[in-house]
Amino acid sequence: MFWLSPAHAQTFMPTAASDIAGDVDNLYSFLLISSFISCVILIGGMIYFVYKYRRKSPNDKTPRITHNNFLEFLWSFIPLVIFMVIFAWGWKVYHDMRSMPENGLEIHVTGKQWAWEIQYKSGVTTSNEVVVPIDTDVKLIMTSRDVLHSFYVPSFRIKQDVIPGRYTTLWFNSNKLGEFHIFCTEYCGTSHSGMIGKLRVVTREDYDKWLEQESKFSTLPIAERGAKLFQNKACASCHSVVDSSVRVGPALYQKFGKQQITSAGEVTVDEEYLRESILNPNAKIVKGFNPNIMPSFQGQLNEAELLAIIEYIKGLK
Amino acid sequence: MGTAAHGSNSNVNYLNEFKGIKSWLLSLDHKRIGLMYMISILTFFFVGGIMALLIRYELFAPGKQLLSPDQYNQVMTYHGAMMVFMVIVPGIPAILGNFFLPLQIGAADVAFPKLNLASWYVFMFGAAIAISTFFSTKVDTGWTFYTPYSIKTGTAVVAMVLAAFVMGMSSILTGLNFIVTVHKLRAPGMTMFKVPLFVWAIYSTAILQVIATPVLAITLLLLAAERLFGVGVFDPALGGDPVLFQHFFWFYSHPAVYIMILPAMGIVSELISAFSHKVIFGYKAIAYSSLGIAAVSFIVWGHHMFVSGQSEIAGVLFSFLTMLVGVPTAIKMFNWLATLYRGSVTFYSPMLYALGFLFLFAIGGVTGIMLASMGVDVHFHDTYFVVAHFHYVMVGGTLMALMGGFYYWFPKMFGKMVDDRLARMTFVLIFIGFNVTFFPQFILGAMGMPRRYFDYIAPYESLNKISTMGSWLIASGFLLSLYAMIKALKSGEKAPSNPWGAKTLEWQTSSPPPHFNFDKKPTVTGGPYDY
Repeated sequence: MFWLSPAHAQTFMPTAASDIAGDVDNLYSFLLISSFISCVILIGGMIYFVYKYRRKSPNDKTPRITHNNFLEFLWSFIPLVIFMVIFAWGWKVYHDMRSMPENGLEIHVTGKQWAWEIQYKSGVTTSNEVVVPIDTDVKLIMTSRDVLHSFYVPSFRIKQDVIPGRYTTLWFNSNKLGEFHIFCTEYCGTSHSGMIGKLRVVTREDYDKWLEQESKFSTLPIAERGAKLFQNKACASCHSVVDSSVRVGPALYQKFGKQQITSAGEVTVDEEYLRESILNPNAKIVKGFNPNIMPSFQGQLNEAELLAIIEYIKGLK
Repeated sequence: MGTAAHGSNSNVNYLNEFKGIKSWLLSLDHKRIGLMYMISILTFFFVGGIMALLIRYELFAPGKQLLSPDQYNQVMTYHGAMMVFMVIVPGIPAILGNFFLPLQIGAADVAFPKLNLASWYVFMFGAAIAISTFFSTKVDTGWTFYTPYSIKTGTAVVAMVLAAFVMGMSSILTGLNFIVTVHKLRAPGMTMFKVPLFVWAIYSTAILQVIATPVLAITLLLLAAERLFGVGVFDPALGGDPVLFQHFFWFYSHPAVYIMILPAMGIVSELISAFSHKVIFGYKAIAYSSLGIAAVSFIVWGHHMFVSGQSEIAGVLFSFLTMLVGVPTAIKMFNWLATLYRGSVTFYSPMLYALGFLFLFAIGGVTGIMLASMGVDVHFHDTYFVVAHFHYVMVGGTLMALMGGFYYWFPKMFGKMVDDRLARMTFVLIFIGFNVTFFPQFILGAMGMPRRYFDYIAPYESLNKISTMGSWLIASGFLLSLYAMIKALKSGEKAPSNPWGAKTLEWQTSSPPPHFNFDKKPTVTGGPYDY
């Protein structure tokens, strides 16, 4: 049972990439070992007894053992002590997870069906991508636009529900460069399992460089800005822009100027139709697709941003 | 068991005394009502099982296999809702409890036979509403109906929660009936500490049903009101609190977990004692631990919510209290082991299921303790680790015990013996299939795969494949069981009154029992396990 040793516990866990992950894994190893021993006692004892005391003849006489106070005390008390250790240790780790750092790098996270919107203090926004410097306390301040979501980074062993109408927080300090998964772990509808983001841990210099690059956004040409927004608002997770393949929604590749059959009859895909479909997606549903899947972006995009996205879609040839 | 009251030796019994469909649908006989529950619940189990196979088939590989994401979410919801509200919660109490609780305490029927029949109709009415949603817009919330998703989704949530409400009503009525039956109808001489442990378990369960279910009812009504009238209890857009729903929901649904497992523990106590041919060890400890579990189960609901945003102090209390539930559970495990000690153990199919229960419940139990430890739960919460854990408890525990109970009491219920060789094969298939299906899910959960996922990333593929193949083994085991039981009904050997040589009262009357159970009211002098 080599994987029971603490060094190998990670065999079943994703790469540990945060300070807290080491603490969690130690507790996990302890739990694995004590669980394994308990199972050996219970299941092993059971197998031993049923073998040893299998019926030998129909006239077997069994002793009348009704109880044994000392034994019963022992097997109530010993588990209780072990459980209390597990409880206290679990609390300690949990307490560390929940004690927010004082001067951490604050990043705002907004969950929505089905993407993570990330906002940095400098004004940089991204979608489904969090970039943080290594060995830095990072604090996430999170809320949701629609339903419950849960922000989960397996490699950091942290998770927190994201709730509309209030802020919840989460913190970590990553000690490993690399790219890690962000999963949504609170069921949120159609594309719940597609709501995957990435968390990139980079060096301090790369972080500064990345941040500067991202902030040049407003000076980009309009269609490029549209491309960026398209990415940031996670439009691409439902609409293909490189071919005509159908994802959750219809492809947008080479659509501009074409005729389209919708729930409100045939329409031409022009600026007006695109605008309406972004702000009021249910107005004209493309044939073969369901209403109420795409959320409205009313109030989330200003006129300039709308225009940029439309320009970008126009250019998909 | 003391002076035995013998059933009649004539061929008139509860099955053949009255004929015709009306004699069933209007029957007040607890045994017939038990069988009606059996047929309905097994049908629902069959449908819920097909949903399970569909889920596993979809997860055989990443990407779409058969279902669209929306269809997957619906199938996942129906699997959970049907298995919980229509199979596992009512399962053991309504089928085996109905049938054997009066028999085991030497009564002619339950305290309120008409109420008992009404419970079945209420249950079927609720089930009909639930099934009707499948033919409208369906439901895609998951069986937990978490807000605000359940408020916003365009599916038939109101009908589904009303269905759960109505079935909850049935659960309350059954529980009430059983409590009064245990208090008022015990045979002369049968004190509370002489009733079989199955009765203790059903009794503890009944208390939970009566006290906890109203909370679910009011929660579901609030949710329906929220959807219909926008009252703003749970919807943050209207100033409500979505997390409040989780508190309400788990205030019922955690005790409900014990509504599901306590009766199973009762069956296992009967089986272990009967097939060890030995008095149960620690009768009082087992009986009191049932009550203890029932009591503490009311104040542990927050362990479902360690990452929900509840305060740390609440989390600490719930974690602590959850550890306390582990103690009476451990006591039961050790008592069963001690019963085996110096016994005379036979390995008929019911005993195999009981031993299977001990095996799987041990794993379900220790992983439950892992999940109760907050620091680790944060990582495991809402991953496949949780899915594996509760299937080890609900399926590995409750369903194994239910199957064991079926094979144990089948001769009494139908007067026919099951081919035990076939029955043991069903155990092997289900037990191996179960472990192949669900053990890999612990590892998937540790690796971080979230639950309720239609699709997954590549590293999770091989374990998901193994898990799916296991589900086929389980299915073949249950189908073989169906075959074994139908074969027994058609051509099984005639069962004697007491094929297993057990000591509880139900074995003192004929198989199947007469309409009023005992021809002469039994008088009890000894205990239920005097081997």
